[in-house]
Parts: sequence; structure tokens; C-alpha cells
Amino acid sequence: MTRTPDAWTALRADPWRYLGSRWPWGALAYVVSTIPIGIAVLVVLATTLVVGAVTAVLVVGLVVLAGIPVLAGLLGVVERARLRLVQAAPPSGMSWSERLRAGRGLAVSWPEVGYAFLVSVVLWPIDFVVALVAITVPVVLLLAPWLSRVDRMEVLGWSVDSTAESWLAVAVGLVALAVSAYVVGLLAVAQAALARLLLEPRDAELVRAVAELRRSRVDLVDAFETERRRIERDLHDGVQQRLVALTMTLGSAELDVPDGPGLTLVRQAHRQAEEALEELRATVRGIHPRVLADHGLAAAVHEIADRSPVPVSVEIRLDERLPEPVETAAYFVVSEALTNVVRHSGARRAQVHGWRQAETFVLTVVDDGRGGAVLDRGTGSGLAGLAVRLDALGGELRVTSPAGGPTEVRMAAPCAA
Amino acid sequence: MRRLRIVLAEDSALLREGLVGILERAGHEVVAAVADADALLVYVARELPDVVVTDIRMPPTHTDEGLRAAARIRAEHPEIAVMVLSAYVAEAYVPELLEAAPDTATSGVGYLLKDRVGHVREFLDSLDRVAGGETVVDPQVVRQLLGRRRDDGPLATLTAREREVLALMAEGRTNGSIAEELVVSEAAVRKHVGGIFAKLRLDPASDRRVSAVLAYLRGA
Repeated sequence: MTRTPDAWTALRADPWRYLGSRWPWGALAYVVSTIPIGIAVLVVLATTLVVGAVTAVLVVGLVVLAGIPVLAGLLGVVERARLRLVQAAPPSGMSWSERLRAGRGLAVSWPEVGYAFLVSVVLWPIDFVVALVAITVPVVLLLAPWLSRVDRMEVLGWSVDSTAESWLAVAVGLVALAVSAYVVGLLAVAQAALARLLLEPRDAELVRAVAELRRSRVDLVDAFETERRRIERDLHDGVQQRLVALTMTLGSAELDVPDGPGLTLVRQAHRQAEEALEELRATVRGIHPRVLADHGLAAAVHEIADRSPVPVSVEIRLDERLPEPVETAAYFVVSEALTNVVRHSGARRAQVHGWRQAETFVLTVVDDGRGGAVLDRGTGSGLAGLAVRLDALGGELRVTSPAGGPTEVRMAAPCAA
Repeated sequence: MRRLRIVLAEDSALLREGLVGILERAGHEVVAAVADADALLVYVARELPDVVVTDIRMPPTHTDEGLRAAARIRAEHPEIAVMVLSAYVAEAYVPELLEAAPDTATSGVGYLLKDRVGHVREFLDSLDRVAGGETVVDPQVVRQLLGRRRDDGPLATLTAREREVLALMAEGRTNGSIAEELVVSEAAVRKHVGGIFAKLRLDPASDRRVSAVLAYLRGA
């Protein structure tokens, strides 16, 4: 069987091959199946309208009427699936359960409602007539040699009574069969085009809106990250330099000030300036560590591990630097996870592993503590905040921590090179 | 203290002036004080100073220009000592710095946090030692390196005293200076050093013992 994307292409490309392909059967199934669907929709719509209109005074009716768009939406799901009969790749949209769950949360799609009325009032009667003629005429003509023996036979005003005539009828029947295939095909194609026209735009819009949302979320993360870097640079190049200069001045003063209470005070000032510097450094580290920017993830993670009171072994295999947002997220995942290990787990040791798996960077932090850790997405702090950030990057963060341990924090993020 | 000819590179004018002040008051001659790595290389080639003092982060990218310039100076002028100043601890810098010189290099090398400059006497002392061909590593960097290898392994077999000696060795101190710091005899220090080298299976004959100890601590 040749592969053509839809019935219309097949029909236009080669009318002869079209007859032998699956498309005429698909088209027939499409047209025939429209009939029960149209009738069902008509019944449901009419009932809803009548009940709604009658009870409108009681307000309940308004609620009933408001259900029409949902019904139209569900019909849209069915119709999009049914398009498969005449097209290899129908437009994708919400699934049945997704549409049901969305309920009235979605804005009313008037094209969908319009299509529902069209199916229930116009399309199914047309399909009914065409299918009836397209099936009965060729079938009766093809069966002429037998039928004429049983009874007097007349097709569209032509009475078939001799044997020769009945065989002529068979020939005409073959032609009629071909014509039926074309007529049903054209009807199905036209109807499918109409369905597509009315049912697709909403999906395209949704898809566009989702893409837009995702992009703006990534933009937000990026903007956030850029801002952190700017703050880090400002602190590093501004305040920190000034504090270092201050310690230099105080250090020089110590050499000149004679022994006595003056010198004691200068020394004290020097110590305080150094403490301020140390505190500032810790702050800068929490915002965006310099080592990460300059030397990449492995070096930066080693530094965290070195500062941790719980022994941490680190193995990060990377041939090249990761994309900045992924690198930063990974750094803070390690930082947060190890902080939790120290604070809550009672672990004796922990391991950090990082590696690239095809287009994904995977990092795990495992400890041998008592487990029972949960990722509380509601709080928006710590690991939960990082989970949101990874979400925006198209990655994920998972915490597996059965009671009794071990605890594994695992992040994965796309890192197309 | 001998009078040293120094080329200084530091992009912050505030710190540059502070450093020039400290160095000149100590009687050294600052032959050039520049604000970026390119200028540093030009002045080093022209002045051939005794010591180069350079910041790590400098324009244009503000990452590790100073470090790369230092490595180049070590490779091209093995006789010039280099003191690198950093605004933060990054042990990742240590090997880049120590391994940059050819094995024949006789000059010293130092890696200090900028905060140390405030302890003027110690800073000037470190500078002298680097000019004299020794290696100086910031105690905080050593502390971090020591902290890393704390689990099992041979490091755990060291006595508390041996660990103290190891840390001072990693900072680049001589036996004499270690003895002074710990208030013990030099012979005692030599005994500890021997014990450490045996336990860590390091080559006691190595004339670059600082590099050897640091390499061990980094797990290289």
C-alpha cells in the first residue's frame, strides 16, 4: 500500500491508485460514522437547550447552558480523533480526560460550539443521503443478474429485465462504484477540512501559549540569574575591595602607632574589618560563587565539599562547561543537599556524582543518614525553589528518602552541547 | 630585607595605591604599577623585575587574567618570582600556578589571599621568601586542602603534631620557620617531616617538597 498523507492528496495525485488505496474506505467510514454522532449530538444538544431554556428562570438553566461549550469541546476531541480516517496525521489536541478535567476552566471556543451545531443539524443529514445513495446504487447494480431473477428490478427509472441488460447493469455498477468512491471521498475531505478549520485554531493557540509561557519562564530564570551575577560583581568589585583596602590601611597603621591603648584599638579595628570581609565573602558565595564562574562546576563543588563537616566524596565527569543556568542550578542543588545532610540526616558520609548522559546532565547527592526527607514544593525555599528552577529549564529534581535512609537527591537537566 | 624591584598589577586603583604604599614604605622599589595583564607582561619584559605581584581577576574578562599572565611569566622568565593575590580562596588555582614553571625554575611563587596584605609584616616576609625562591601558599587554602582528605587513607594515621607540621610545610615554610612557629627544635621538625613522608609514601629526596605535599593533598 502506498503511503499518502491524506485522502485529498491521494485523490489528486493519482485517481486510479486512489481507488485501490485505503482512503475510499476511510472516507466511507468517516461519512457513515458522522451519522450516529450527528444524531447523538442533536439529541444531547436539543435536550440541553430545552432543559436549559425551561429552567433558565431558576438560574440552574444557565448552568446547564454553560455546559454546551464543554460538550462541544468533548465532541472536538472525538472529531479530531476521527480525522485519522482521512488523514494520517490529524491535528493534536487535548485528550478526552484532559478536556474533561479542564471543564469550564477554558474560555468558550465558539468555533467548537458552531461545529457541534453544524454536525447535529446540517452534516449528518447530508452524509446520510450521500452514503445511502453511494452504497445502494452500486450494490443493487452489481447484484442485478441475481436480483432480476428474483424480482422485477428498476434502478433510477431504468427497468432491468433481460439477461443482457442485467450484465450491462453490472458494468454500470462498476462505474457507479468508482464514482461513489470519488463522491464519498470528496465529501469526507470537504467535511474534514471544515472540521479542521473549526477545531484546530484553538489548539494552535494553546500550543503557542504554552511555548510562550515556557519561554517567559526561562527568561525569568535567566533574568534572575543575571541579576544575581550583577549583585555578586558589585559586592566583589565594590564593597569587598574597599574592605581589603581598609585592612591594608589598618595594617600599615599598626606599624606606626606606638604601643598602648591606641595600638590595641587599631588592632581591634583591623580584626573587625577582617571579620566583615569574611562575612561578605560567605554572602557572595551564597549569591553566586566566583569559583563557579571562573572554574566551573567540578571545582566549585569540591570547594563546598571541603567546607562540609560531613566527609563528602566528589566525582564529576565533564569534558566541557555546562550551560550557565544548568551549572548554577547544579551548584545550588549540591549546596542545599549537603546543608540538609549536615543539618538533618545524621549521615556519616555523602557522595556527589555528576555526569553527562547523552543530552542530559545528571547529578546525584547520596548520604547514608536516616532518610525521611521530603521535597516540600509549597515552601519555595531551598531544594523546593531549585525544583521550580529546574522545571523551568526543562529538567527535574527528585528526592528519594525512605525512612532509615539512604537519601538520594537527583537532578537532571538538558544540556545540549 | 633586601630592596626588591617590583612590577605590580592590580585593577582597583584603591588597592593599587595601598599596595604601592606598603611596598615602598618597606623600602622596595615599585618600577611599574599597572591595571591589566597586558600591561603587566609589557613591563615585566622591559623591566625584568625581581618580583611580580599580581591580582588574579583583571580586565577585560575579570576571571583569571592575572593567573594566566603569572603562568606565562614563570614559563618565560624562570628567574622572576611571582606573588599572586586573590580576593577569594580557590584551590583550583594552586596547581595552575605551581605547575606553570619549568622544572629548572629557581624563582619562588606565592599564592595569598588579599586579606594577608593587611598583616603587613607577614606579607612582606612572604614576599621576601618568594623572592628568595621559596613557595608560599595561603594558610586558608592549605586548611581547605587538609580538610578534604580527612576520611580513611594515610592522612588519618598522622599524629596531631604531624598534621600541624604538614600544614606548615604545605604553606611553604622551611624547617627552621616551622620549628620557630611550633616552638620546638629543628631536629624535632626534621623527625616529624621524615615521619610524614614515610606515612604518605612521598619521596623524601624531593627538592620540591611543597609541590609534592600539595599534590598529595589535592589527591593528584
